Amino acid sequence: MAQLELQCLSKSFGALKVFEGLNLETKSGEIVVIFGGSGTGKTILLRLIAGVDDPTGGDIRIGGQSMIDVAPESRNVGMAFQNFALFPHMSAAENIAAPLNARGATAEVVKIGVDRVARLLKIDHVLDHAPRELSNGQKQRTALARALIAEPNILLLDDPLRNVDAKLRFEMRLELPRLLRQSGSTVLYVTQDYKEAMALADRIAVLAGGSFVQIATPEDIYNKPATADVARLFGDPVINLAEGAPQVRGKTVTFDIAGETIPLDGAYAAYAGRPVRLGIRPEAVEIGPVKDSHMAADVQAVTPYNERTVLLLRSRGGFEFLASLPSSSANIPNFGQSTGVKFNAEGLHVFDRDSGVRLVGQG
Amino acid sequence: MDHTSSFERLLRGVLVALVLIFFLFPIFWILLMSFQTNETILRIPPSMVFAPTIENYQALITGKLETTAGNLDIAFMRNLWNSVLLSTSSVALSLLLGVPAAYAFARFKFRLGEDIAFTLLSFRFAPPLLVLLPLSLYFKDLHLTNTYIGLIWVYQLICLPLILWIVRGYFEDISPDIEHAYRIAGNSWWKTFTRIAIPLARPGIAAAGLLAFIFAWNNFIFSLVLASADKQPVTVGALAFVTASGIQYGQIAAAIVLSVTPTLLLALYAQRYLVEGLSMGAVKG
Repeated sequence: MAQLELQCLSKSFGALKVFEGLNLETKSGEIVVIFGGSGTGKTILLRLIAGVDDPTGGDIRIGGQSMIDVAPESRNVGMAFQNFALFPHMSAAENIAAPLNARGATAEVVKIGVDRVARLLKIDHVLDHAPRELSNGQKQRTALARALIAEPNILLLDDPLRNVDAKLRFEMRLELPRLLRQSGSTVLYVTQDYKEAMALADRIAVLAGGSFVQIATPEDIYNKPATADVARLFGDPVINLAEGAPQVRGKTVTFDIAGETIPLDGAYAAYAGRPVRLGIRPEAVEIGPVKDSHMAADVQAVTPYNERTVLLLRSRGGFEFLASLPSSSANIPNFGQSTGVKFNAEGLHVFDRDSGVRLVGQG
Repeated sequence: MDHTSSFERLLRGVLVALVLIFFLFPIFWILLMSFQTNETILRIPPSMVFAPTIENYQALITGKLETTAGNLDIAFMRNLWNSVLLSTSSVALSLLLGVPAAYAFARFKFRLGEDIAFTLLSFRFAPPLLVLLPLSLYFKDLHLTNTYIGLIWVYQLICLPLILWIVRGYFEDISPDIEHAYRIAGNSWWKTFTRIAIPLARPGIAAAGLLAFIFAWNNFIFSLVLASADKQPVTVGALAFVTASGIQYGQIAAAIVLSVTPTLLLALYAQRYLVEGLSMGAVKG
C-alpha cells in the first residue's frame, strides 16, 4: 500500500492557481524529492500534506486514509520548515522533545529520544541553548531533529539546507541520506538545488507550471528528461539547445546547426521535417583534433569549474554552446584557439519545439 | 560608547537629570505636601522645612476629616478599594475577552472581521459624555446604575479596544509557522494557543494590560455619572476634599500618594515583562 498518495490534488488562492491535478504515489521508506523553481508551490504542497493548509480539490491519503479534514496533529507527519520555526521560548531540547511530549511520552523516554537524535545530528552540546543562541546550522539541525524524533510516517523537509552555509550543506548532503534511511519514514524533500535532488532522491518529482512534469529516478531525469525544461533544470553547466529540424539524407538522419550538419541517431527518422529543439549536454561535447569531427569552433572562454573545465564555443555559423571537459584532459584548448568538435550520441536529446516534450527515437 | 568624551558624558548626565527633575519634582512636592498641614502648605514663601505630620494619612484612613468648619466623614479608603476592584476586574475581563479576540483577528480572515475590529477601536474615539446620556437611561432600565457589574461593563469601552489592538499586533508578529510546527508536532489548536501564542505575546499582553489598568484607574466621568458615592473610585472621591471651608491640600496630596501607589507597584512589576521583548531568532528573518 502506498504510504502517501496524492490524487488529483489542486490548490488555488482565489483566481491564482498554484497547481492542479497532482498525482503521486510513494512507497514506504521512499525518499521523493520535490524539485522546482521558486514560486512553483513546493512549500504549499508540503503544507497541504501537513494539514496546515487545505487543498482546493483532490485527495491526500496517508496509509490509505483520506486526510481531508484531518487536523495536522492527527496525521502523524513530521515537518522541518525552511525558516526553522523553532519555539523561541523553549530550549533546543524542549523544541526537539515537543512531538514526544505531545504523544504523552514519559520524561525518561523523552530524554533518551532527545539524546539519541541530538547525537545523531551533532547538536547534543547545545541542547540547553535557546534558539536565538544557536547558529543557523544548529537551528536547522534542531528543526530536523524535531521532525525526526517521533518517527512519523511521513517526513516533510522544506529545503532544509537552504539557510545553512556551504560547508555544512556539503556535510549534510552526505549525511542526510543515511539519516533519512535510518528514520524509515517516507520522505518528501523539497529543494531548488538539482545536485541535492540527485544526491538524495529515490525519485525526483519535477514541479513546474502547476503540475508534475516528470516523476522518475535521478538517472532517468538526467538521461531521459521529459521536456526541454527538465533538461535545462538538471545539469550544470546547462544543456545547449539548438532549433532546427531532423532531415533524412539517404540512410542517415542529420540535423543542421547554423549551417553545419551533424548526424543524428537513425531512430529519429520519424521526426524528419518536424520543428524541434536539439539538446546537447555539455558533457557530451568532445574537443580536440577529433578525426571525424562534426564542426569546427572557436574558443570564446575557458572557465575552471570544480574538477571540470567549461568552455564557451562558437561555431563558424555563429552557434554558441558550452562544453564541459575533465580538467585532467590533455587537449583543453586555450582562449581564441580553434578546435574540432564532436557530439556524443548519448548526450543528444530531441524535444518538440513548441511543447518542449522529449521525442523518443523510434525503431 | 567608548568614543564619547567625558564632556559628552557630563552633558548627557546633566540633561538626563534636568528631564528627571522636570517630571519627578511634582511627585516629590506632593509627597512633601502629604506630610504637611494646610497652613504650612499655604504659607508664603513656600519652604521645604517643616515639622512632618501624619494627620493627613490618619484622616484618610480613619475617614474623619477635621476642618475648621467641623468634622466631615469621607470614604477615601472605600473609594480606593472601589478603584482597585473596578480596575482589576475590568482589566481581567478585558484580557479574558480581548486576548482570544485579538488572536482571532490576527490569525483568521473572516467576514466583517476588519469592520468588527474597527468598530471596537471606534469606542475609543467617541467622547465619553456623548455615550453617557443614553447609557445612563439604559442603565436605569436594566437596573445597572450604581452596580459594580454595570461599571465593569462600561469600563470595557476603555480596556477592551486597547487590549484588542495592542495584543493583535503582537500575535501578528509571531510567525504562523511556529504555531504550525507545534500543531504538526501533535498538539491541539487550544494547546498551541496557550503554550505558543500566549507566551510569545506575553510582553504585549503585559503592556496592554498595564495601559488598560492605568486608563481604567484614571477614569473619572463614567463612575461620576453612573454610580453614587459607595461605588465610586478615588478619582471621583477626591472631589470630597473640596469642602465648604476650603480645599484640603494636605489630604489631597496624601490621597494622591496613596492612589498612585498601586499603579506604580503594578508598573514596576510589569516592567520586566515589558522589556522582555520578543525573543527573535527562532525564525530566520
